[in-house]
Amino acid sequence: MAVQREPAASPRVTPAVEFRNVSYTAGDTPVLRGVTLAVQPGETLVLLGRSGSGKTTALKLINALLMPASGEVRVAGQSTTAWDPVRLRRRTGYVIQETGLFPHWTVAANVGTVPRLEGWPPDRIAARTRELLTLLHLPPDEYAGRFPHQLSGGQRQRVGVARALAADPDLLLFDEPFGALDPVTRTEVQREFRTLVASLGKAAVFVTHDVREALLLATRIGLLRNGALELVETPGNFRASSHPEARAFLECLQ
Amino acid sequence: MTPAEIWRLTVEHAALTGAALGIAAGLGLPGGVAMARSVRTRGIFLGAAGVVQTIPSLALFGFLIPLPFIGGIGKGTAIVALALYALLPVLRNTVTGILGVDPAVRESAVAMGMTQAQLLWQVELPLAARTILAGIRIATVTTIGTATIAAAIGGGGLGVFIFRGLASVDTAQILAGAIPAAAMALLAEGGLTWAERRLSPY
Ligand SMILES: Nc1ncnc2c1ncn2[C@@H]1O[C@H](COP(=O)(O)OP(=O)(O)OP(=O)(O)O)[C@@H](O)[C@H]1O
Ligand SMILES: [Mg+2]
Repeated sequence: MAVQREPAASPRVTPAVEFRNVSYTAGDTPVLRGVTLAVQPGETLVLLGRSGSGKTTALKLINALLMPASGEVRVAGQSTTAWDPVRLRRRTGYVIQETGLFPHWTVAANVGTVPRLEGWPPDRIAARTRELLTLLHLPPDEYAGRFPHQLSGGQRQRVGVARALAADPDLLLFDEPFGALDPVTRTEVQREFRTLVASLGKAAVFVTHDVREALLLATRIGLLRNGALELVETPGNFRASSHPEARAFLECLQ
Repeated sequence: MTPAEIWRLTVEHAALTGAALGIAAGLGLPGGVAMARSVRTRGIFLGAAGVVQTIPSLALFGFLIPLPFIGGIGKGTAIVALALYALLPVLRNTVTGILGVDPAVRESAVAMGMTQAQLLWQVELPLAARTILAGIRIATVTTIGTATIAAAIGGGGLGVFIFRGLASVDTAQILAGAIPAAAMALLAEGGLTWAERRLSPY
């Protein structure tokens, strides 16, 4: 199976994220095996793979929640081992798979987390929070004062997305952020997401096991199988791929 | 057994209890936070505090008397013994409360770029507050009861009436010690339960 090389980007541009032969082991279990990958600014790389293929692990390596067993993960040209983890994480918006909203804080306080940690003035935080809630179809007058347990699963996920975007991060990491949405809302939010990310011009790494979502959102799709990155392709080439794992996913479209 | 004497010993009892709880909280809260971070110290210290708890209280007071500095007859020894008893519920509930925080919530706090101190003060302690306060309530109520034994080693407090009453088979004396102690315990229980309810239910 010929693994195709990604098209070489202009060598002067520092990739937003770069994996150099990265392996990760949990205890004795290899979770990621020799992953090499570059995500350019402005690009949305979708990591597609079955459950347990290592997608979440790959994301956590980017914001230094995990460190590689071997190889190197570079963010904006600097190894995650060299970054101050707090600085790296504040410039990286992260939507975690289980949403992880702070249950003792209101929706507004949750969304304002990173701006507050960064010491923004309160009125600027309030304005930013309202702006994001409106953008994600959670009218602030109705939702800002609610607590996470007073929201539906899909609403919680949108608050998680708003929280990740709040401090205008340079890099966005999304771990199956739309899993709990009904298909109609999901399609709507996916469209908006694509426009939003495109307009922000930021690098994003988006994890999903939904091939339809991958094809819709990706500038390139990285296919993970058993911890190995099997393929990195544009959606167009991915559709035409003869790789058996890619075919297995594409058959879900019928 | 004048009202003035009842009042004086009640105040003394409250002071003994308060001092012991102050020490237990002062050691137990930071200790519990540290133990929630480290599996090894957790085993050692919770084990040790648990062993202390199994020593009959009268015996513990007795064991402390011959010790230098903290020992001897009087209030100091009584306060140390009471603090040792109160330590376990404070430690245990602090550890339980912090470890009970949803791992996804903790992980997202770290992923948002919170420092360890921010994680502790903004997320872990507020979410553990109810459990920690419950530990303090249990420690308070048991200490008020156990403090009656302090009189046996010259620590004073309402136990003075109880021991005097036991020696002279005088029920009125015993009640003069027991009733204010019970009232104090009920008051503490009620007040702290109310405070727990007031905290957010998370
Ligand atoms: N701490 C750990 N200890 C042991 N195994 C682990 C650990 N973390 C992850 N794994 C294993 O690594 C593999 C990849 O996990 P990961 O969470 O990255 O999968 P995923 O692709 O995100 O899956 P899903 O789509 O179900 O979220 C799984 O088989 C998982 O069991
Ligand atoms: Mg996952």
